[in-house]
Amino acid sequence: MNGVRQAVSGLRELRARAGSILRSSTFRVALLYVVLLGGSVVILLGFIYWSTAGYMGRQTAATIEAEIRGLAEQYRRSGLSGLSSLISERVTRDPVGSSVYLLVDDNLGRIVGNLDRWPVGVPDVGDGWLHFRLRERGPDRTEEHAARARVFLLPGGLRLLVGRDVRDLEATRALILEALAWGLAITAGLALLGGWLMSAGVVRRLEAINQTSRDIMAGDLSRRIPLRGSGDDFDQLAASLNQMLDRIEILMAGVRQVSDNIAHDLRTPLTRVRTKLELLRAGLSGCQGAKTIADEAIADADEMLATFNALLRIARIESGGRRAAFARMDLAALMRDLLELYEPLASEKGIRMELHGGEVAWIRADRDLLFQALANLVDNAIKYTPPGGAIGMSVRSLADAVTVQVVDTGPGIPVDSRERVLDRFFRLDDSRSTPGSGLGLSLVKAVLDLHQASIEFADNRPGLIVTVTLGASRT
Amino acid sequence: MRILLIEDDHHTANYLLKAFAEAGAVTDHVSDGRTGLLQAATGDYDALIIDRMLPGLDGLGIVRTLRASGNQTPVLFLSALGEVDERVEGLRAGGDDYLTKPFAFSELHARLEALLRRGSADGPETRLRVSDLELDLLKRKVTRAGCEIPLQPREFRLLEYLVRHAGQVVTRTMLLEQVWDYHFDPQTNVIDVHISRLRGKIDKGFEAPLLETVRGVGYMIRGE
Repeated sequence: MNGVRQAVSGLRELRARAGSILRSSTFRVALLYVVLLGGSVVILLGFIYWSTAGYMGRQTAATIEAEIRGLAEQYRRSGLSGLSSLISERVTRDPVGSSVYLLVDDNLGRIVGNLDRWPVGVPDVGDGWLHFRLRERGPDRTEEHAARARVFLLPGGLRLLVGRDVRDLEATRALILEALAWGLAITAGLALLGGWLMSAGVVRRLEAINQTSRDIMAGDLSRRIPLRGSGDDFDQLAASLNQMLDRIEILMAGVRQVSDNIAHDLRTPLTRVRTKLELLRAGLSGCQGAKTIADEAIADADEMLATFNALLRIARIESGGRRAAFARMDLAALMRDLLELYEPLASEKGIRMELHGGEVAWIRADRDLLFQALANLVDNAIKYTPPGGAIGMSVRSLADAVTVQVVDTGPGIPVDSRERVLDRFFRLDDSRSTPGSGLGLSLVKAVLDLHQASIEFADNRPGLIVTVTLGASRT
Repeated sequence: MRILLIEDDHHTANYLLKAFAEAGAVTDHVSDGRTGLLQAATGDYDALIIDRMLPGLDGLGIVRTLRASGNQTPVLFLSALGEVDERVEGLRAGGDDYLTKPFAFSELHARLEALLRRGSADGPETRLRVSDLELDLLKRKVTRAGCEIPLQPREFRLLEYLVRHAGQVVTRTMLLEQVWDYHFDPQTNVIDVHISRLRGKIDKGFEAPLLETVRGVGYMIRGE
């Protein structure tokens, strides 16, 4: 009972394995290779056979044809006696040669020839080709040879049979056939082997990619597809996939960094709100008054909302395609508005603020977004410039670009941090104590990217020079 | 004040209903677009607060239909879609104001009052008066108790907007949009400095200050 069950399960497993082999690409590619190569070889060998053995056969037929035509001509010219003597002459000249002659009357009775009688078992077909076995000729009369002959009907019911002993031809043909069969067999074997090797190579490399993908899906994002270094298509595919994985890993790290930062940055105000709510609930507002505490809690909540709004805005701007609000506008006028809006704030802090440069600078932009971006730059300049400092803004129209500079006399940005200040939540260590979300410059970057504009930071010794370059609009 | 609120999010709706009840407004609530349109077209409301994304018929559709049928009730859009082009789309459809979620009730209330005031203003005015402060809109001159106060053009626009909405709270965002004409989100309270400069000019030396700060919301010129 147990044995039967084992046998059944073994059989099932075997069938499953056979099924998986049949389904595997290795097997399919190999099979395809065998079929294609085998087909080609069969066609090739067929052609070889046709042009060797076939050629010899056709040669024989042509010779017989010519001879019979000559004999028929003789008969027409000099009658039965002339034909008989010519045949006799040929037979005597070559008694056991490969040629076969026989002239019979309408009852198949022999008149002349080197055959004793009409071949046994061969019907009288009239005019046409015959195949039969020769036994009657040669020194020992036991050998049987294949013969090929043509029968020609002569006027008066006579039949003239002219043929050839084709034993050599048959032998050669058999030899060729045998050689071709071997050739085909060897080809099939080689094709199977080659196909298997080839497809196994391909499939092994695919499997490497497959395996790496599975590892990555299982959570190991650091895995990469091994390269062979040959620079072939598979290596190129693997290299592209690896680059894609690198990019994904960087993005993932970015996302993780941002979410870590969100969690970190929001924990503080959330804790404050919680504490305040607890105070309110316990009625421990003390001399501060419940209203003040509630106001502070609202301010904390607003701060968190502002952070989320900024994140959402950046994400929306970055997702692109929001160019509906793009219009031709004067950047110089926008800078004047900016100066007008921010100058009081700066002068309250004891900072001089000036605008230099062009009267007009036409660009195509989303007015509100660009104002937001430049306002963030000015805001930062005011925030970090110490009292007594100065902020200079300028607009310059170049041939096909417009540049805006915001120059301050604050602490500047160290060279090694200039790339990272555009990252979300990145803040310089020195500025951790000043209020801010670390999202201001990220928003600037997103807006400028939308405008295909660039931003550069340089040193003002002391201070920061921010240069924004936008494409000019001619029309 | 009778308000129709068309909003499918019940949390927001309940919160607004409660807040408006406290502010003394009668508010009807409808949560889908088709019923909302029907109610807005047949009921007699002072203002409509309409969510952009609604089941049945979206906010833009409601307002377009209302405007096409000659209904001019002031409309304030509420939406989670806050980008400039969406705002422009809402205003083009016939909305009068646009507020992005999440929002503070005080902001919504201030904007709604401004809308109602706008609706009742008829004819171009040449002079505005609040207590002893007077604005000559043609000559762009300001006098208080008969003395002329020199103001910068922007300060004049700021004061004009505040006086036009005397007795109402005006938020900082409203001022940026209406006086500076930029929809943006300043990182610092840049408006406060302008207000304090203006205050220095119109209130300094006078007994009763006109320009008040409303904590956590904005500013207000005291009405009559």
